[in-house]
Amino acid sequence: MKSSYREALRAGIRDAMIRDERVFLMGEDVGAYGGSFAVSLGLLEEFGPERIRDTPLSESGFVGAGIGAALGGMRPIVEIMTVNFSLLALDQIVNNAASLLHMSGGQFNVPIVIRMTTGAGRQLGAQHSHSLEGWFAHIPGLRILAPATLADARGMVWPALQDPDPVLIFEHGSLYNVTGELDDDAGPVDIDTAAVRRPGADITLITYGGTLPAVLDAAGQLAAEGIDAEVLDLRTLRPLDEASILASVRRTHRAVVVDEGWRSGSISAEISARITENAFYDLDAPVGRVCSAEVPIPYSKHMELAALPSVDRIITASRQAVSAGG
Amino acid sequence: MTGPLEPPPRALDPAHGRHLLLQMLRVRRLEEKCVELYSAAKIRGFLHVYIGEEAVAAGVLESLEPEDAILATYREHGHALLRGVPAGAILAEMYGHVEGCCRGRGGSMHLFDAATRFYGGNAIVAGGLPLAVGMALADKMSGRSRATVCFFGEGAVAEGEFHESLNLAALWQLPVLFCCENNLYAMGTALGRSESQTDMALKAASYEIAAWAVDGMDVLAVEDAARRAVEAVRAGGGPHFLELRTYRFRAHSMFDPERYRDKAEVAQWLERDPITLLRATMEAAGQLSAQEWDQLQAEADAEVSAAVEFAEAGTLEPVEDLTRFVYSERSAP
Ligand SMILES: Cc1ncc(C[n+]2csc(CCOP(=O)(O)OP(=O)(O)O)c2C)c(N)n1
Ligand SMILES: [Mg+2]
Repeated sequence: MKSSYREALRAGIRDAMIRDERVFLMGEDVGAYGGSFAVSLGLLEEFGPERIRDTPLSESGFVGAGIGAALGGMRPIVEIMTVNFSLLALDQIVNNAASLLHMSGGQFNVPIVIRMTTGAGRQLGAQHSHSLEGWFAHIPGLRILAPATLADARGMVWPALQDPDPVLIFEHGSLYNVTGELDDDAGPVDIDTAAVRRPGADITLITYGGTLPAVLDAAGQLAAEGIDAEVLDLRTLRPLDEASILASVRRTHRAVVVDEGWRSGSISAEISARITENAFYDLDAPVGRVCSAEVPIPYSKHMELAALPSVDRIITASRQAVSAGG
Repeated sequence: MTGPLEPPPRALDPAHGRHLLLQMLRVRRLEEKCVELYSAAKIRGFLHVYIGEEAVAAGVLESLEPEDAILATYREHGHALLRGVPAGAILAEMYGHVEGCCRGRGGSMHLFDAATRFYGGNAIVAGGLPLAVGMALADKMSGRSRATVCFFGEGAVAEGEFHESLNLAALWQLPVLFCCENNLYAMGTALGRSESQTDMALKAASYEIAAWAVDGMDVLAVEDAARRAVEAVRAGGGPHFLELRTYRFRAHSMFDPERYRDKAEVAQWLERDPITLLRATMEAAGQLSAQEWDQLQAEADAEVSAAVEFAEAGTLEPVEDLTRFVYSERSAP
């Protein structure tokens, strides 16, 4: 069936609401407004205001309340309009959701799912263009998901709710309108492993979420010049599927990590380090990285484009890796 | 002290009335142009216009002096304009041109201007409130008698920052004026669906802050309240709070299908259009001729046309400058 990424997410949420009556969705404008990115459009009519719960602009309050509801036996899906506003709820996410299990010596787990839009590319300026999922992946106790495909958008919500611990789902803003074919029987997917989206022999391009389309595009262009790139979609940023990363790099002997986050102290740095720690002698070239420029994302289009990973920059970095070394 | 103020004396000086009309018209025309330019894809990103709420910025800014400071939200084109940021620099900013007031780095939601002490343009709801408190603290610690004015929507009242800021300002008796632009909606969320107590002034008063509710469609009432409040703030009377009751005539942003309110409600508020109201008052009092009204419109139109021309002629900042302004550019020792 034809579906957009947005509709696939909605189908996943709907499915979870039907399967388990403890599941409810809450967040700013998820109900009457229809969802700020229209993900929850129509759900209020179907499930009513108790389970599709509009909240005031109180990110710290309602994320914390979601954590409390999870402690109290519910299965909340909390939508934060965008990752930018999750900064107001950071304390609840890090000091409570991620820590309670450990602090309580294993007594209190927090089965909450927190969804949010992430990423730049729409000329929204510095305060609305963050890609902070890598930053959240720094936190022990959280699971971080980044669905890049329709099947993952459809299928990650339910397994995320089945996880006894807090799961954050990052939806890149540029993906909502992506449409394609979704299997009629599309359902829950595994949320543990990375996926090879394009097999290749010469180099591994490692990415996730919003940059997957650009990486696939780059891989296609590289093929035309005789470079056979493998594209690995991480899908889960924490815990990292290190085995899949290393297996691919051991086959191709080269890797470039593509990440819309800033380079310093980033998930791309972590991946690069894991490769050099574990597969250094399999490498024929240094691990390359294509990240955002180290600048708050500017508004003007040409500057924003210059700041973000692009197909051209991915191709250049890949060529560099292939021509380097043996 | 809380609740409505005594209505202002209605002996309006006609020249001043025309000035206020012009101020509101300037904002209205600029915003209408922004919508048009957005549809033409000249402006990108998020665009939030102030149409319907002009009396709030016009009345409050009328009461300020150049040494005062202003902080606003992402719906701030009008505040910037009336504060004295040139319309051309505002539009050029939205075009992403280097001639813009922030070199095209900020865009519609992030207009800043040091020359007029306009401290933004903040796209995080309630993000400006703590800054305003700190700026007022700096003034107080430096012994300066000036005011910091912070605009925010009623949606911000649900954020922790609002409560933390009001408490700090009252605790330390800081020279800050909080201006709550209560347009009844935060995106699609009606006030009654987001606040257990919908009387904003009462909330502020609970922090021991002098708070008044004002008809935000009546520019004269707004100006009067703001003058009294700013005077008190400057005189060391501690923080003050105005709840300005208004309405946004247009959608929240250019992406809003407005599923949450009905047309009849909007139509009802359109009858309280602040520009039409003042115009009617002045005409009834014989203070505004048809010719004068035409002149005001022509003046506002001319300013906007010139601004569009300025923005159109703008240029792009060189890409090599991308990583500038992340850290201050220090002069060599
Ligand atoms: C902390 C935060 N949460 C959510 C948003 C998204 N958002 C932008 S404007 C807005 C509505 C704000 O309403 P209000 O404060 O009443 O101001 P208005 O738009 O009505 O002028 C929301 C929810 C945001 N920018 N910042
Ligand atoms: Mg509002």
